[in-house]
This record gives sequence, C-alpha cells and structure tokens, in this order.
Amino acid sequence: MAAKIDRRSFLKISSMAGGGLLLGLCSRSGAVALAADTPVTPTALRNAAGEFIPNLFIRIAPGGQVTLISKQPEIGQGVKTSLPMILAEELEVDWKDVTVEQADLDPALGGQAAGGSTATPRNYEKFRVLGATARTMLVSAAAATWGVAESACEAVLGSVVHRPSGRRLGYGELVGAASLLPVPDTATVRLKDPATFKLLGTRVGGVDNAAIVTGRPLFGLDVDLPGMLYAAYTRCPVFGGKVTGANLDEVRKLPGVRAAFVVEGGAEVTTLTEGVAIVADSTWAAFSARKTLKVTWEEGPAAAQSWNTFADQARKEATVAATGAKVLRSDGDEEAAFAAGARRIAAEYRYPFLGHATLEPQNCTAHWRGDRLEIWAPTQNSGMGRALAAKAVGLPIENIRVHIRRSGGGFGRRLGNDYLVEVAVIAKRFDVPVKLTWSREDDMQHDHFRAGGLHFLRAALDEQGRVIAWRNRFFSFGYGGKPADGAELGPDEFPARWVPNCRIEQTIFDTGFPMGSWRAPGANVFAWVIQGFVDELAHAAGRDPVEFRLGLLGDGDVKASTVDKKPDYSVARMRTLLRFVAEKAAWTGKALPRGRGRGVAFHFSYLGYCAQVVDVTVSRDGGLKVDRVVVACDVGAQIVNLSGAENQVQGSVNDGLSALLGQEIDIVNGRVPQGNFHEYPLLRMPDAPRKIEVHFLRTDFPTTGLGEPALPPLAPAVCNAIFAATGHRVRRWPLSRTNLQWS
Amino acid sequence: MSTFHLKINGQARSVEAGPDTPLLWILRDALKLPGTKYGCGVGQCGACTVHVAGSPARACLLPVAAVGGMEVTTIEGLDAEGRHPLQLAWCELDVPQCGYCQPGQLMTAAALLRNTPAPTESDIDEAMAGNLCRCGTYLRIRAGIKRAVELAAPKSPERA
Repeated sequence: MAAKIDRRSFLKISSMAGGGLLLGLCSRSGAVALAADTPVTPTALRNAAGEFIPNLFIRIAPGGQVTLISKQPEIGQGVKTSLPMILAEELEVDWKDVTVEQADLDPALGGQAAGGSTATPRNYEKFRVLGATARTMLVSAAAATWGVAESACEAVLGSVVHRPSGRRLGYGELVGAASLLPVPDTATVRLKDPATFKLLGTRVGGVDNAAIVTGRPLFGLDVDLPGMLYAAYTRCPVFGGKVTGANLDEVRKLPGVRAAFVVEGGAEVTTLTEGVAIVADSTWAAFSARKTLKVTWEEGPAAAQSWNTFADQARKEATVAATGAKVLRSDGDEEAAFAAGARRIAAEYRYPFLGHATLEPQNCTAHWRGDRLEIWAPTQNSGMGRALAAKAVGLPIENIRVHIRRSGGGFGRRLGNDYLVEVAVIAKRFDVPVKLTWSREDDMQHDHFRAGGLHFLRAALDEQGRVIAWRNRFFSFGYGGKPADGAELGPDEFPARWVPNCRIEQTIFDTGFPMGSWRAPGANVFAWVIQGFVDELAHAAGRDPVEFRLGLLGDGDVKASTVDKKPDYSVARMRTLLRFVAEKAAWTGKALPRGRGRGVAFHFSYLGYCAQVVDVTVSRDGGLKVDRVVVACDVGAQIVNLSGAENQVQGSVNDGLSALLGQEIDIVNGRVPQGNFHEYPLLRMPDAPRKIEVHFLRTDFPTTGLGEPALPPLAPAVCNAIFAATGHRVRRWPLSRTNLQWS
Repeated sequence: MSTFHLKINGQARSVEAGPDTPLLWILRDALKLPGTKYGCGVGQCGACTVHVAGSPARACLLPVAAVGGMEVTTIEGLDAEGRHPLQLAWCELDVPQCGYCQPGQLMTAAALLRNTPAPTESDIDEAMAGNLCRCGTYLRIRAGIKRAVELAAPKSPERA
C-alpha cells in the first residue's frame, strides 16, 4: 500500500531529518507520480516509486538509474548538461546511467533565472555538496549493511566497494537503507579532491542532442496539447501605441478564426503591449487572418522619437559640459591633465540598437482553468514571468504553474516575459490551451533591444606615453533617467581606477523604446569602445598594442570595486591572461603585409577574464575576412564541460562578429523598419572564421560561467586588426557603415 | 478548405487545409511533426528545410497544394532509427547549442552528402550558406559534415 503524504508534512519531515533547507536538502513531495501499486512506503527520503531522494536534485532508483534535476532553463548555454555533471561527479555515478529532467518553476529549487553567466558560480560548490552528501549516505548505508567501518568503503561509479573484502553493492541495492539515514550535516561531508575528478573537465555531449537531431519536441514552439488553439497578436508598429479601432467582425468571419479581440496594454512597454489577438484553429489561420486585420492606432509619444535625432542631440551636447549629465566619476583634474598632455586624442564611438533574433521566435502556451493557469514557456526567467502573469490575469502566483521549455536561443531576450504575459491574458478567455506564436517580423520589431549609445572620448598621454587623462561623455537610453539594462556605464569601467585624472559622465535619454539585456549586457559595447580607444592611444604612443595594454594594466594585484556588490578586478589575472593569449597567438608586434592585420583586446565581465587576438585580411576593395581568432579565458579552477565550454566560446566569437558586421536596428519615429533576416543579417557559414582557437587558463580562483565573457573582446579585436591592416579606425557599428577600401 | 493526400516520411497522410497553407504548418500543426522549425517564414533561415522529391526545400514557402504526391522527408524521417551518419556525427561532436536550427542544418547537409558524398570546403559553404545558426555552431557543423563523410564511407556510402 502506498501512503500519500502531502507537501507540508513532507517538508516538515525532511527538514527534521536533515535541516539544510537552504541547500535544497529537503525532498520534493510529488516529485514522482505515485503509482498506487508500488509496494513501497514512502519515507522522507524515499518516494513511492522506491527511489532514494536525498535532496531535490537527485533520485536513485532501485535498478540503479539516476535521475538528476536541471533547475535552470536551457537556452543553448549547455546548463542542462553542465550543472547535473557537477552532481554526478560528486555523487560518483557513471554518466551513462544518468537521466536529466528539466524542472518546472519551483521556488524550493532556488534561483532559476538564466542570465549574467551566473548558473555556474552560484551553483558549483552547492551542487558539489549536494552530490557528495548523497554519496556519503550511500557509503554509510553500505557500511551499515556489511557491519564494517565507513572508512573501509568507497564509492566507485554507482557502487560502494568494501576495499578489504572486495564486496560491492550497487547504489540501486542501497536505496532502501540509505533512505532511512539522516541527511548528514553538510559541514561533515567530504568533497572529492578535484585532481580525482572523472567527469568534470571532460567532453560531454548535450543531454538533449539525440532529441534535437531527430526532431523530437523540446522547444516552446513544439508544445502540443489536446484541443489547443493558436494565437497571433498584432501590436502597434509604434511602441506603446493604443488601439482606436479594428475590423474585428470581418476578421472573425475568416476561415479557422475562433475569436478576435483587443487586449489592453499595461503601463510598461516591456510587459504587455496593447494589441489585437486573433485566435484560430491553426497557426497559419491566425497568421493569414492578420492580412485582413486593419487596426487604427493612437501612436502616442514614441512616434516623435528617432534614434538619429537622439544621436544628433548627443553630438550637440557632447561639445559642452552637458547640463543633464550625471558625473559617474571624477578623479584628479582631468581638464588640467588633458591640457598638459604631450599627446591628446579624441574620438567618437557610436553603436546602434540591436535585436536578439533568437532563431525560435517568441512564443508561449497557456491553459486557463478557472482559478488556475498553466503555462509552458521558453523563458530565461520563469519566476518573473509568473509574477507578471499573476498580476495581469489577477491570480495569486501559487495558482500559476510554469513548465520551463527549452529555448531556441536566449541571449537575454527571454529575460523579458512579454510574450508569456500576452498569452496568459489571451488564454483567460478560453477553456482550452492557447499557443501564441510571434512572426519573425513581430520578433524583430518588438524586441527588447540592446540600447544604442554614443561615447565621446578624449585622453592625454605624457611624454613617456602613459595615459594621464581620460574622459568619457556617454549617452544612452533608459526610462525615467535610469539607464536601460546594458546601458549602465559603471564608474569603475576600465581604465577608471588606473588613470589618475579620470572623468566619466552619463546622459540618459528617456524613451518609449522597449530595451533589455543583450548577451554580456554593457560589456558587449563598452569593451568595443574602450578597447578600440585604448588601441588608438597605443598607436598615438607609438607602442605595441599588447605592450601598451600591459603597461596600462600595470603591476598591481587587485583594483577594488568602488560599487556595492560588484566584483573586484584582478589585475594580475588579466595581465597573465594577456601575456598568455599573446603567446598562444605568437604575437610578435611586427607589422604584417598591407591588407593583413592583427588586433588584440581584453575584457573582464560576468566574473570571467577574456583576451583575444584576431587576424584579418582586408581586400583592396574593402572585403573583410576574419582568418583566425585566438581566445584565452580565465574562468577559474575548473572547466565543467570542456565540450560545452568550447562551444560557448566559439559561439560567442561568431555572435560577436555577427552583430558587428551588419546588424543595426534603426528606430525611426518610434518604429523599427527592419522586419526579417534580409534586413538584419546574421552571420552565415561562409563568413564564419574557420579557425577559432580556445585556450582556458586554469587558475586557483572560483569556477565561473562562460555564457558571456568570451563575447565582448571580439568586436574590438576585429576592429583593431582592421586598423592594423588598412589604417581605417572603425568607430561606428556596424562595420558595414565603414568603407574599408585601401590602396 | 480542400483535402490533400501527402506522402510524408514514407506514409500516406491526408490533411484538410487551405491550398496556400505552407507545408511547414501542415507538418507542425496538423501532422504533429514539430522537428521542422519555423524561423522566418520567408526562406531566409533554413530552419524549415525538408526534402521534397529528394531535394532540399523551404517548407515555409511551399504551399501544400504544390506538394502533390511528391515524397516529403522531414527530420523525423531522415533515418528510421535516427542513426543517419550526420545524426551520429552531430551527437559525437556535440554540435548543437540551443539546437533549434539543427534539424534544418541536418536536412540541408543530408541533401549535400547525397549528391556530393565527399564535399570540399567550398561545397560545404555553398550548400550551408542558406541555414542560419544564431548560436554560431558553424565550426562544429562543418566538422560534423566531415565526420559524417567518414562514418558513411566504409560501410554504406549510399546512405548519405
């Protein structure tokens, strides 16, 4: 007879058994469907299927199969493979016996957002402890079974072995005994010596690869539920516009259309955009009906806003000490130092708005069941999505269940949950599930864009070529004077803290444009600007770009952060890494034949140190070819999954190049003219570098993430290489705006 | 609405649809074959690549009425056991990141290898240029094609 216990008593038992709630060391109640005929009485650490469940992330079946739970959303960063690998390593199981299960949104699991390359640094040590705790219990269970000392037993790939006698019990055989033990105090659990790791640091293929290559349903867009309807949603082309009229009656008569109605927008442009929903029997019926739909809009204030107008305004304001500017930093006397400089250099760098263009367009499925809502979402932040949906449909968050689906790319786009909120509101009108699919044009024109920006830089060098003055007048976008995500230039941005006379000013234009994080927010533009301008200084000083950078970094060990909760900058790590990449790239400092060039750049972001050397060839008519990219990363002591790590770095290089070459979202009168990939080119295989060499420098520092840090140095390294090849200094993004011809 | 009799992955399938409905949505919504992906709807990204009468085609641009009785192969039917040399190579080399484009990449690559069992670098560039990978797995896609050539060569080159 299977006894059912509810979640509350379950949590009580498990917290009595082991405490450790903070570490997730409590067992999940309904973690497994309770089979009525399973002859197991569930205990705190055993479910009705007979599985040993030492914590929320591990289940071991009597047959020895191991199920590990992936709590983070998989967006292509490889986390569904890498985090369970950490558990498996310390648990000491054979990876081939492991099945990984994607968790739903569940606050008991801890943070489940994917962003800022945080999954590894936040979970690495914690997951080691979780795995080691379970292993310790299995060893204790075996020792008790045999009546021998635990110290004479050891775990070996899914079994416990009694060394003196050679006796062996598989984990599956130990689940009953182990589940009766108290969960040990985490402080007493012994972690493995990393030198003995068997799995971490090896190449492990993604756990969903077999499903991906055979086309099995995985992604948000692949959700298929009985009786499901299909929705399309038409938003005002101008951000924040309101509906004043629509030919809904005409649309409702179209084939396959079940409903057409106006959805009222919310106050925030990134949460719920006002528009017209069409719900139909198929995606195509909904898409087709949009061709008949005619909406009249009240366009609102954003219709008077254009990127170029703001850029012109910034250029005007940059020539004076802008009154609206916030001084982020003022060290020494920049004005006087600049005036006294032996060499003075000034430059304007400008980058556009960018879209994310995840290959899977935004989509989401929701089923309204009276007082509950069930959502299937490809999202990077399901917790935020649930909170926003709860507010929009008027339900307590407890009544909303979110299933996290694999995302066909994230890059920061799916930190916004506007599509999730849209479908929640739409589905509330139906008693069957509704899947909302954005068209590519919806996706491109209603993205949460990387904010464009302009930097007006000037610097002075002394007689010895040292940087004695640095000023950055920075203009970007935000809401209510607050920078958008990724438009926040910190007061510590390199080379602040190194240059004695340093001034950083920031002006934020308020707009109605939807903006948000784009892979390596902030870093993806600031690295381009700063490593480009530093290169200009190196050239002005007549110094080798690597040597000049080493000189600028100097001999110090650490530059302490002056901003709360921001990491210190390890000068020693970056210096070592820069030398390392120069060595790997065989940097000689010698000029190459005209038309060929080599550039270098480095950047510290999202806890990762990265430096790159790029070789380019530029033809006389300006055709660019990136011949080789050498990447060096210091992300601490341990690479979790070598295959995934290299894939992330190579992908970051291609992503960085893709964005730099030709991408630009041009906002004109509050609307985006680009609609599809012919107007917003993504890198294609013939243009992708054939050589991307990835080198990881292992250090004693904590293990950190790789979703972002390898992206920022790419764009400046390419532009610096172009300068070396042609003498053209690229100060405007995208590259397609600069003529690279030379003679 | 009309009835269309299709041959999908070797099976006869009938669907009710408007004649202009792209094959992509027939596959995904009506036939529950979600491996063929929607990416752009205008033939720019290649995520919806299928084989029609043995040639790669963009399912997002192909009206169901134009398919007729031609044999359609989707990623689900590329190999009965999912063990096409390209599928094996993709897993061996851990090609995917997000994975969304990979069915289309595989279908394009499979058509390439069927006609050109030992492609040159420029053959690969030319064949694959129409398939976008937003994650930038191009190096591994290239390596995967080369590995599939090796896997296919000794035993059953005709499978490629």
